[in-house]
Amino acid sequence: MPWTLASEEENKLIKSILAKEPSRRSTLDLQLLANRIRRNVIEAVYLAASGHPGGPLGLADIYAVLYFKVLNFDVKNPLSDERDRHLLSNGHVCAVKYASMALAGFFPEEELATFRKLGSRLQGHPSTRYFPELENSSGSLGQGLSQATGLALGLRLRKKSNHVFVGLSDGECQEGMTWEAAMAAAHYQCDQLIAYVDWNNIQIDGYVNQVMDLGALDEKFRAFGWKVQVANGHDIEAIERAFLWARQEKGSPKVILFRTTLGKGVSFMENNPEWHGSPPKKEQRDKALAELYESFHQLWENYKGARHEISDGA
Amino acid sequence: MRVLQINFEKLGGEKKATRDGYGDALVELGAKYEKLVVLDADLSGSTKTNKFAKKFPERFFNFGVAEQNLVGQAAGLAMAGFTPFASSFAIFLTGRAWEIVRNTVVYPQLNVKLAATHAGITLGEDGASHQIIEDIALMRVIPGMKVVVPADYWQAYHAVEKVFLENGPVYLRLGRPAIPVVYPPQYEFCFGESELLKTGQDYLFVACGVMVYEALKAALLLEKQKNVSIAVLNMATIKPLDEEGLLEASQKAKAIFTFEEHSTYGGLGGAVSEFFAQKKPMPVYRFGLKDVFGQSGSADELMAYYRLKGEQLAEDIASLL
Repeated sequence: MPWTLASEEENKLIKSILAKEPSRRSTLDLQLLANRIRRNVIEAVYLAASGHPGGPLGLADIYAVLYFKVLNFDVKNPLSDERDRHLLSNGHVCAVKYASMALAGFFPEEELATFRKLGSRLQGHPSTRYFPELENSSGSLGQGLSQATGLALGLRLRKKSNHVFVGLSDGECQEGMTWEAAMAAAHYQCDQLIAYVDWNNIQIDGYVNQVMDLGALDEKFRAFGWKVQVANGHDIEAIERAFLWARQEKGSPKVILFRTTLGKGVSFMENNPEWHGSPPKKEQRDKALAELYESFHQLWENYKGARHEISDGA
Repeated sequence: MRVLQINFEKLGGEKKATRDGYGDALVELGAKYEKLVVLDADLSGSTKTNKFAKKFPERFFNFGVAEQNLVGQAAGLAMAGFTPFASSFAIFLTGRAWEIVRNTVVYPQLNVKLAATHAGITLGEDGASHQIIEDIALMRVIPGMKVVVPADYWQAYHAVEKVFLENGPVYLRLGRPAIPVVYPPQYEFCFGESELLKTGQDYLFVACGVMVYEALKAALLLEKQKNVSIAVLNMATIKPLDEEGLLEASQKAKAIFTFEEHSTYGGLGGAVSEFFAQKKPMPVYRFGLKDVFGQSGSADELMAYYRLKGEQLAEDIASLL
């Protein structure tokens, strides 16, 4: 039995979605994948008995769109010079990156069981020393935007047109270095740089606006010379549109501020700061997986319905 | 270890700054290596990267007064396949940006070179806020970080290319003032290899940076005053430490003396002590800043105030022999 406890039937369905050309994947396809990512996250953090479940659940829809629709990469040649680069700045949410990369075929999903364990390349915070395909090492907050900007400058100097994507958290926008980098990216008109922020208003000590209010984050980036969009981070089509916009806009760096809900998809975790950095216990993990299975089966029903409609139409 | 012949008669006749050796070398190397990019944080006139900037503007990036970002950007440029040299004053590059150096550069083993100028008390008049005497310790302690401290203009000049060619992160420590030239213009720097500039049997002096000249002077004075023979080793690469060179140069030595324009904790003296404590226990006397901050004054005055001049070293060491 696969470690995610998925049925053979489900695995067949997922496989068929993964076999499609990215451009042909539907919203429903991506929702199904996002759900699978969420369950992988819960299981990985549960087995690790440590780590951060909340952020990854909130990011699963964005990651599904990134890895299965937006990012250019070839899993058979993962370090190809032509690939888009996807960096993670707030490394503590790496469970969602690992879960997405496993699903995308960078490594077997079963390996997620080694997350945070001795000898694993799935370190508690991402490390290229153990896993070069991760693109960057992070964990200490506020450093990813500088790395991504330098990388974008370097690619431009080499006359490459690849895009550099980098995920940030709202909490780490409290780090001054984030703004040093924001200033530099605009100064050098790094239009190959696409940042996105997980704007869930939660950090370890509580709600961001209570710990240290970021105020109008969109206006702040705009004032630094960035092109800014605010989008719903759980609306697959809105996420896709935002990334498409970011790819097309020229002349300055772009940032998408995704309004997200920490713990999305698991009722008792949603918008609760306690789930920023605590793993679920056995019964909580069971409850979380049960909820997610239920959502999955609902999506699956819709999927079957949609396929009927398509075949009826054809 | 290599044995080099130094002309003691000419010693100290000419003075040039190690930061100029760095700046001049960058201009030469820029034409030779397309992968070389240079980054600065609003101090390009002082760090001497401005010469490179003028000649290769497309490969020079100024990040303003933001040293953490400077180091992070260097990491990104290394990810893109370049070999960046990031420069600022040593206090900012190793102090303010330390955690970024550790986590974003050295931990992922990115090919970033941190070339810091204005290290130590010879920075002079700006005072203790700018005179870092902890940087060698700060860099040396990071797993896998390499540390190079050239002794004069020519060693700095020749070290830059070897630092460029060395794979992985390297810290290059440079100074502000013109200091005595020790090396001839035609000289080959070998990464990780110490150089015996003066042979001797009874005692071993190990020095780096501007203190190589002062240690040589002290050794020559002491040999004149006392019936002793002193070897002087330039340990320009402090990490990895040339342990074989230390053993070889200290074969009959009764004690080791270390000299650095740095705290006596954690720098060259620390590295040499750690080595001898385990391999060949014997007294190691460390000369440098003895757990004190510097202050304003000219480089020369400060060297004298902290008793780091050759004559003073000879005086202070005489009673220990």
